[in-house]
Amino acid sequence: MFVKAKRCILYGLLIILSVACLFPFLLMMVNATRSGVEITKSFTLFPGNSLQENWKIVSDYFNLFLGFANSLKVAVPATVLTAYFSAITAYAMAIYNFKGNKALFTVIVVFMMIPGQLGLIGFYNLCTKLHLVDSYLPLIIPAIAAPGIVFFLRQYVKAVLSKSLLEAARIDGASEIRIFHKIVLPIMAPGIATMSIGSFIGNWNNYLTPLVLLNTPRKFTLPVMIASLNSSTDMQANQGAIYLAVAISVIPILIVFCFCSKYIISSISAGGVKE
Amino acid sequence: MAVNQKIMPKKMKKKDNIAYLFVLPFVIVFLIFNVYPVLRTLYLSFMNYQGYGIPKFLGIENYTRVFKDKFFWRALLNTIKIWGVNIVVQLGLAYLLTIIFSDIKYKLRGLSIFRAMFYLPNLIAATSVSFLFKTLLDWKYGTINQMLMAAHLTNSPINWLGSPHSAPYVISIISAWMWFGNSFIILMAGVQGIPKDYFEAAAIDGAGKWKVFSKITLPLIRPITLYVFITSLIGGLQMFDLPFLMADGGTAGNPSGSLQTVVMYLYKFGFQTYQVGFASAIAYTLFGIILVVSILQFKILGSKED
Repeated sequence: MFVKAKRCILYGLLIILSVACLFPFLLMMVNATRSGVEITKSFTLFPGNSLQENWKIVSDYFNLFLGFANSLKVAVPATVLTAYFSAITAYAMAIYNFKGNKALFTVIVVFMMIPGQLGLIGFYNLCTKLHLVDSYLPLIIPAIAAPGIVFFLRQYVKAVLSKSLLEAARIDGASEIRIFHKIVLPIMAPGIATMSIGSFIGNWNNYLTPLVLLNTPRKFTLPVMIASLNSSTDMQANQGAIYLAVAISVIPILIVFCFCSKYIISSISAGGVKE
Repeated sequence: MAVNQKIMPKKMKKKDNIAYLFVLPFVIVFLIFNVYPVLRTLYLSFMNYQGYGIPKFLGIENYTRVFKDKFFWRALLNTIKIWGVNIVVQLGLAYLLTIIFSDIKYKLRGLSIFRAMFYLPNLIAATSVSFLFKTLLDWKYGTINQMLMAAHLTNSPINWLGSPHSAPYVISIISAWMWFGNSFIILMAGVQGIPKDYFEAAAIDGAGKWKVFSKITLPLIRPITLYVFITSLIGGLQMFDLPFLMADGGTAGNPSGSLQTVVMYLYKFGFQTYQVGFASAIAYTLFGIILVVSILQFKILGSKED
């Protein structure tokens, strides 16, 4: 009986915490459908009928769908590059004996510890010299080198790939690159997928790097676009429009999360137990 | 067989050479976009550089300026304060949840659903989170104040983000809200890695909940705690998005500069007033501080192994 009561209390606690996590998003969605005046007067959990009005204010100020498209243009190629090149690098480091393998590993571990802000100024300086400011290339190309993901996948290949499989393929006369593409990549797929989700979300949500690099509003990624809400007096005057803009930026992620939460969470757990 | 052995070493060598080709794209991009920027920042930190023209050598002047700059230290203190309160709440909650879910006496269900909900805030871009809470916490018209007043918890609306006495802690709580699920998932993964026999043996021996937690769980997840702590420290001392977007006046970090973090200060000099050399010195000073604190943490948390 005592255990049962305690269990109820614990469930209560967990539910309160879950509500704390979800409630702000619920308020966001409700308020996105209410007019600015309604919101300033009182709160409610019932939707209003000013969604269209709010949408008009939002779409007059910026084109959020363009922001979406821009974010996709950056996050998709960056994720693909990270996935492929991290996999091939990790595979080479795990399977072959070559000079500099150990040194490369050490450098990768060191760079995993280095905070991102350390290179920010030099990175911008480099992009100025290469005339890459206001271009998506410096947001995409660097994705080829993702030290943390190479580190993880290197452990992963060692765990899941059997060398006898490679030997068999070699005896059959398959070339090394073909072995990688036809045999190794499919075997590594679950690990790559896990890491790709994390890297996609990171790219999608990144704010500081595009903020520094992009000047033309037409090229802004979604987070940079949302951040420009600060400078719109029309929007600031109508909270309903702000809620709607934020909701539009959040809802796709919520939908993706409903389908992929299992993979997303396993990618977090993987990060912790890599030692 | 003998023929094979003769051929094998030669073949091995040839086969291994392909590895250079495989790692080449990574190495090139890594050198250009990871290694070079870090070294270039170091170089610029010893220069007088306004963002154009030829950098002029200054020696350690930028660093002495950082050390004497009271606003840098204020920014560092702000950052530590915001991160510090956040890590206490974040790890506190994560530990509480880990204890609850690893307790075999209660056998709570729904771990994966709760885990997903607790993680959700972490998935949303910090820019969206900033505007959501900025609007919800609005002084005069914010929904949160309306709710508090409707529940008679306060008589007049609270100016959450307008006072230097509350604004930093509001940011701390929002950060904790964003990150406790992440920490919980990592800690829980660590606990699930502990063999079940340990807990069962302890239960048979009649060990209490606290005893089990302090003698079994805690020591075994110490390396993971260290990992959570250090990654949070490295991320937290670089805090930018939330305070930058929730503060008044951008990099000024108002109210009263209480939300100005180190990276906001760096951003101001590096990308607004173009004192690039000075901004680089700020970056390296912050790195030095992160390094020292991480090493100390390793020594303190890591060496208590037995």
